[in-house]
Amino acid sequence: MIELVSHDRCVTCDRCIAACPTNVFDRGADGVPVIARQSDCQTCFMCEAYCPTDALFVAPQPAPVAADDPLRDEEYLIASGLLGSYRAGIGWGHGRTPGARLAVGPDLKPIVRPGKATT
Amino acid sequence: MIDILDLTADVLVIGGGPAGAWAALKAAQAGADVVLVDKGYTGTSGATASAGTGVWYVEPEESAREAAMASRENLNGHLSDRRWMARVLDQTYANINELAAAGRYPFPTLADGTALRRGVQGPEYMRRMRAWLKRSGVRILDHSPVLELLTDPTGAVAGAAGRRRQLDQPYRVRAGSVVLATGGCAFLSRALGCDVNTGDGALFAAEVGAAFSGMEFSNAYAIAPVFSTVTKTAYYNYATFSHEDGTVLEGAGSQRGRSVIARALLSERVFAVLDLADEKAQAAMRLGQPNFFLPFDRMRINPFTDRFPITLLLEGTVRGTGGIRVVDDDCSTGVPGLYVAGDAATRELICGGFTGGGSHNSAWAMSSGTWAGRAAARHAATLGPAGKRRRLTAAGRAGLRPTGTPGDPGDYRELVRAVQAETHPYDKNYLRRGEVLTGALATLDERWAEASAHLRGDVEARQAVAMLAHARWMYTAALARPETRGMHKRLDHPQADPLRRHRLMVGGLDELWSAADPVRPHTPLDLAVAS
Ligand SMILES: Cc1cc2nc3c(=O)[nH]c(=O)nc-3n(C[C@H](O)[C@H](O)[C@H](O)COP(=O)(O)OP(=O)(O)OC[C@H]3O[C@@H](n4cnc5c(N)ncnc54)[C@H](O)[C@@H]3O)c2cc1C
Ligand code: SF4
Ligand code: SF4
Repeated sequence: MIELVSHDRCVTCDRCIAACPTNVFDRGADGVPVIARQSDCQTCFMCEAYCPTDALFVAPQPAPVAADDPLRDEEYLIASGLLGSYRAGIGWGHGRTPGARLAVGPDLKPIVRPGKATT
Repeated sequence: MIDILDLTADVLVIGGGPAGAWAALKAAQAGADVVLVDKGYTGTSGATASAGTGVWYVEPEESAREAAMASRENLNGHLSDRRWMARVLDQTYANINELAAAGRYPFPTLADGTALRRGVQGPEYMRRMRAWLKRSGVRILDHSPVLELLTDPTGAVAGAAGRRRQLDQPYRVRAGSVVLATGGCAFLSRALGCDVNTGDGALFAAEVGAAFSGMEFSNAYAIAPVFSTVTKTAYYNYATFSHEDGTVLEGAGSQRGRSVIARALLSERVFAVLDLADEKAQAAMRLGQPNFFLPFDRMRINPFTDRFPITLLLEGTVRGTGGIRVVDDDCSTGVPGLYVAGDAATRELICGGFTGGGSHNSAWAMSSGTWAGRAAARHAATLGPAGKRRRLTAAGRAGLRPTGTPGDPGDYRELVRAVQAETHPYDKNYLRRGEVLTGALATLDERWAEASAHLRGDVEARQAVAMLAHARWMYTAALARPETRGMHKRLDHPQADPLRRHRLMVGGLDELWSAADPVRPHTPLDLAVAS
């Protein structure tokens, strides 16, 4: 679920408020979005993709993580390279190659399992 | 609350996933004035936007097309139709090439210069579709869930009403015709991107008299790591599944062995590791589907070497095949003015009783969207300006206009929990048995009586009612098919019954009905019989 809105990074552009499919954010008094309805978060990572400053972080769990979980700790998320990693992964952002352009996946033909007879 | 927003359009498209986006685009290209409304945001909302899809894109070459059509017929219980498959293959081929040219989607190019067009990344695809729609003059309303359809005095569909939820403003769109593209129903299971898919369009369609088909094939379950929502299953092709103690779970597999996993999960934890992927495959996987790796990277798990616990999340009709019955090539529904596209429509025509792993769904979304959009534009043009001046009646019932004393607005929560308790468990919905289905249906019928008498709310109440209606159609159809076919597995009837190789229609809200579809699937088996 959505766990972090970085006040240091956010430039109050409202993009996440518009893009979140389940309407999780409200605009805060200072313009920085607040996570108003975390229980509606469907953990789809789309807000991260749309945030131009990598200010948002979505933990993969479908329920909130504990208060002391590192996935809520901005310093850890920056140091580990996780903050902004989805946007980088799909190649969004200035100067990046769209991930779609490079998306040549593996061959998905059935695999012969080692040590097993195939019939 | 602000005053109602009143709009008029030739064509109203409800839902802005790929099906709705293509419908709106094609209606606009045909000269219609189009309004597209989405519960979330056109570009991020729906199953495709967050998941991405393989696409049934096959070169127009006879043997390749023949192989593509034949490949699934056994799995799908021989209920798909060759004529529809051929139409979808043609239309998908055209649309994908148009997406590359006019839509500017950046498909990858192989070293030898050939373009690879058999898949799309969700965020990029739907971002490009949104930009293309804007360029084409389509008016988009985001965060504007539809609550109900509006009909004219003859019963024809003439618009819809909903709420702009970020403005707390009601709205109404009068239109010559309406395309329903609200996606499938995944019962709020948290499967990737699917919580907007609560089957709303099916409820709206039923309220104006449309029927359903294939609702017994509505129990798609997808593999996900337990610590995530990412139900991307293709790469489990490379997986070894195991018990907690590390011994291999015999017979388990991503495609054919998924029910083995379901059975095991009833009593134990199940683990997976993608140990069959070599280094080359691993690198390609990261490029192919970056979102597959999000949960692993964030949990510091190496899925190629570390065993991780998995679960199966219900995707219902999103990767099932049931939906609103299509009565003609133009994706009309039998209700004048109402067209249907994508997961909201039945996909049996090309998928029979099975989809699951890739490609057909996205091909269906863009093909049916194209046909529905064009037909809706034609219908609106026939009506002319008078089509937008009709007297309108609101069609919504349960959840909006209870027949008895209205209950508390928060009552929908309890209803959602009740529907989930009858639909999520593997031993009810996946591994089916007649007596269990009968019991579940009886519980759901009681809930229906209660909800239609007392539930009154807004978007959430309508979602809950739509899920409830879905569950009842699903189990009504499942009971009317005492055999195992496609993804519909009856433990009490483990074989396919040759006499039941027909599609099943269901319908109704207070009283449910089911009947064999008089339209036969056009398959090689039928051709063999005929000659
Ligand atoms: C994880 C995952 C992987 C998949 N992989 C593949 C694949 O590889 N190949 C393949 O072919 N298919 C795949 N599918 C299936 C595919 O994503 C769907 O078939 C496809 O998204 C259907 O498109 P759609 O436009 O009908 O529905 P969606 O994309 O679900 O869009 C429905 C839209 O309707 C809107 N909506 C809902 N209710 C309302 C309302 N009341 N008012 C207004 N708007 C509303 C929603 O917000 C949403 O934007 C996958 C699905 C999942 C979940
Ligand atoms: S992860 Fe998805 S649902 Fe959750 S806040 Fe972000 S965009 Fe919204
Ligand atoms: S998208 Fe990012 S920068 Fe913009 S408002 Fe949201 S958090 Fe702030």
